[in-house]
Amino acid sequence: MKNRLLEVENLHVSFHTREGEVQAVRGVSLHIDHGETVGIVGESGSGKSVTAKAILSLIAPPGEITHGDIRFAGESLRGIPERKWRTIRGNRIAMVFQDPMTSLNPVKRVGDHLTEVIRRHRGLGRREALAEAVEMLRLVGIPEPELRVRQYPHELSGGMRQRVMIAMALSCRPELLIADEPTTALDVTIQAQILDLLKELKAKTSAAIALITHDLGVVAQVCSRVIVMYGGMVMEEGPVEEIFYRPKHPYTQGLLRSLPKRGGSSRERLSPIEGSPPDLRSAPKGCPFRDRCPHAMAKCGTMPPMVEVGEGHRAMCWLNDTDAQSDDHAGSGTEGGEGNGG
Amino acid sequence: MADEARPLVEVRGLKKHFVKGRDIWGRPTSVLRAVDGVSFHIRKGETFGLVGESGSGKSTVGRCILRLYDYTDGEVRFDGQDLSRLGDKQLKPFRRRIQSIFQDPYSSLNPGMNVLELIGEPMNIHGLYPGKEERAEVIAGLLEKVGLKRDHLYRYPHEFSGGQRQRISIARALSVRPEFVICDEPISALDVSVQAQVVNMLEDLQDEFGLTYLFIAHDLAMVRHISDRIGVMYRGRLVEVADSDELYDNPLHPYTQALLSAIPVPDPRAEIRRIRYEPHDWTGEPAELREVSPGHFVALS
Ligand SMILES: Nc1ncnc2c1ncn2[C@@H]1O[C@H](COP(=O)(O)OP(=O)(O)OP(=O)(O)O)[C@@H](O)[C@H]1O
Ligand SMILES: Nc1ncnc2c1ncn2[C@@H]1O[C@H](COP(=O)(O)OP(=O)(O)O)[C@@H](O)[C@H]1O
Ligand code: SF4
Ligand SMILES: [Mg+2]
Ligand SMILES: [Mg+2]
Repeated sequence: MKNRLLEVENLHVSFHTREGEVQAVRGVSLHIDHGETVGIVGESGSGKSVTAKAILSLIAPPGEITHGDIRFAGESLRGIPERKWRTIRGNRIAMVFQDPMTSLNPVKRVGDHLTEVIRRHRGLGRREALAEAVEMLRLVGIPEPELRVRQYPHELSGGMRQRVMIAMALSCRPELLIADEPTTALDVTIQAQILDLLKELKAKTSAAIALITHDLGVVAQVCSRVIVMYGGMVMEEGPVEEIFYRPKHPYTQGLLRSLPKRGGSSRERLSPIEGSPPDLRSAPKGCPFRDRCPHAMAKCGTMPPMVEVGEGHRAMCWLNDTDAQSDDHAGSGTEGGEGNGG
Repeated sequence: MADEARPLVEVRGLKKHFVKGRDIWGRPTSVLRAVDGVSFHIRKGETFGLVGESGSGKSTVGRCILRLYDYTDGEVRFDGQDLSRLGDKQLKPFRRRIQSIFQDPYSSLNPGMNVLELIGEPMNIHGLYPGKEERAEVIAGLLEKVGLKRDHLYRYPHEFSGGQRQRISIARALSVRPEFVICDEPISALDVSVQAQVVNMLEDLQDEFGLTYLFIAHDLAMVRHISDRIGVMYRGRLVEVADSDELYDNPLHPYTQALLSAIPVPDPRAEIRRIRYEPHDWTGEPAELREVSPGHFVALS
């Protein structure tokens, strides 16, 4: 376990609702190494945000972590007292959420948002903290940071507010930054700027980044490793090139295939995944993708094993089980790699 | 064909200004120029895409065409008729011929109505299929067209997924046999794995019923896929209009170039050269659209 910063093992999270138990996360195992940028993709409801919140111990009733272990820098985070959490959350692990406006106080100046975090975490004086705040804003590419620290959140554009959030998250120099759909609410041009910023941060800081998104384009641009979730479980995990060029899970293959082809003439028919995502109130037995999978077979009614399919590349599908070698799967999902960079 | 000659929809010099502030006598002191001089046309059977940053005025254009707003200036012609001159009564047939589908499949359906009632409501308004049996038959047929089943007729919106609700909205829009459908972000709220289903369906329905679409969306790859022609909006104005492939292969306006270079390409090996757009002079008179090659218009000073 050389380089492991975060390890999540067999995590289960349930919400006890009036309609019954929603098993939002059903046995997620994943890891994040020091300094790497990992993309967590999957459709809405697949358990991405719940996993992130569970990592930070932010699951509140009616939600509950029913099983599993979370280790950060070698130490288990399960059941540690809230007092100890405060030295970790927003300190060693920072989080950025989807909507920057709900996380910023509208009557507090941008600079005060930052200096508060900086003073709390680094024990600097007022003046040094302000200088540091300006530096952080500069780092995340906000023009005229000396001016901006005196403005209020509503005076900034959506993209700038999201940068302020990232600056706040980074100003405590976290070892891990969890960004949950940080660009989903933004325009493409501003999203591009935030993605470029995340790429730059990879080079400038040593923080590991977990980037949660449903957008495969976003993942391809900034992540070195990808975790694909579906129905509260990890379906596939691997280096970004493996996932995009050699996907081994039918869900990943289907997702890549359903995107409009780049450079192809418009109006070429799309190839969707038929059906709709599972209802976690009655979590399906066996493979969660079974109802929609073009390769589904009898034994998919029992849970498939997670199988190593390449260097650092794992997939949870019976097709990859070597004992059950069937040959109709290999290479069927390589479409995602068509059309090179332009 | 005669269809080719006259566009189905013609928007000319459309302006919609919202009053932001008033003085103590109630006179407007500041206005927001949401749409500020937009002209384009849509041919029969065509899909016209509208893209641009948030707040650039795309939805406002759609709402003006639907006459949900009275516009400040300009005209909207549908099948040759200037809609701005029509009163409520004369507008009614056009309110049938022009339908819309919106982004949010959750809030756009009345939760207290079942599928039969939801799809039947526009029929009621326009007095179509008054016979109970015939109506149920037509609605069941529509349901099948949008990929739902007959036994969904008596179910309520909360029993459906987002993608299915969007199918109900589509069936509802189509129930009055429209010619033109304004699709404002119809897939943005849907799961990635479901978006392609809905796009395919919209295309099939277009072929079958000869529909004309105005398609507003954020996903630029999807807009290219579905549109024949695309208009790019920036701050209430159109800065470029061209055939889809031409626009993507040969963008001329710096804003279009910036927008296209920002698409997150789902290919880790793609080489991206980002182009930034910093508008310099927006105080001067904005440039008009000029045709620079057949069918390719751009507003450059
Ligand atoms: N009813 C209204 N009253 C006042 N201002 C409005 C109204 N509707 C829209 N606006 C303003 O008009 C401008 C254009 O809005 P519009 O909804 O057309 O943008 P859009 O291009 O559809 O954006 P998005 O991509 O976010 O949907 C915005 O500045 C918006 O705030
Ligand atoms: N507070 C809650 N109460 C009940 N169910 C919840 C709650 N939060 C999340 N869930 C459910 O957990 C599942 C996973 O949600 P989430 O992790 O937010 O998905 P996403 O992958 O879109 O981030 C969904 O089925 C969602 O409805
Ligand atoms: S386990 Fe079966 S149903 Fe699941 S993805 Fe593999 S083939 Fe399809
Ligand atoms: Mg989420
Ligand atoms: Mg809009």
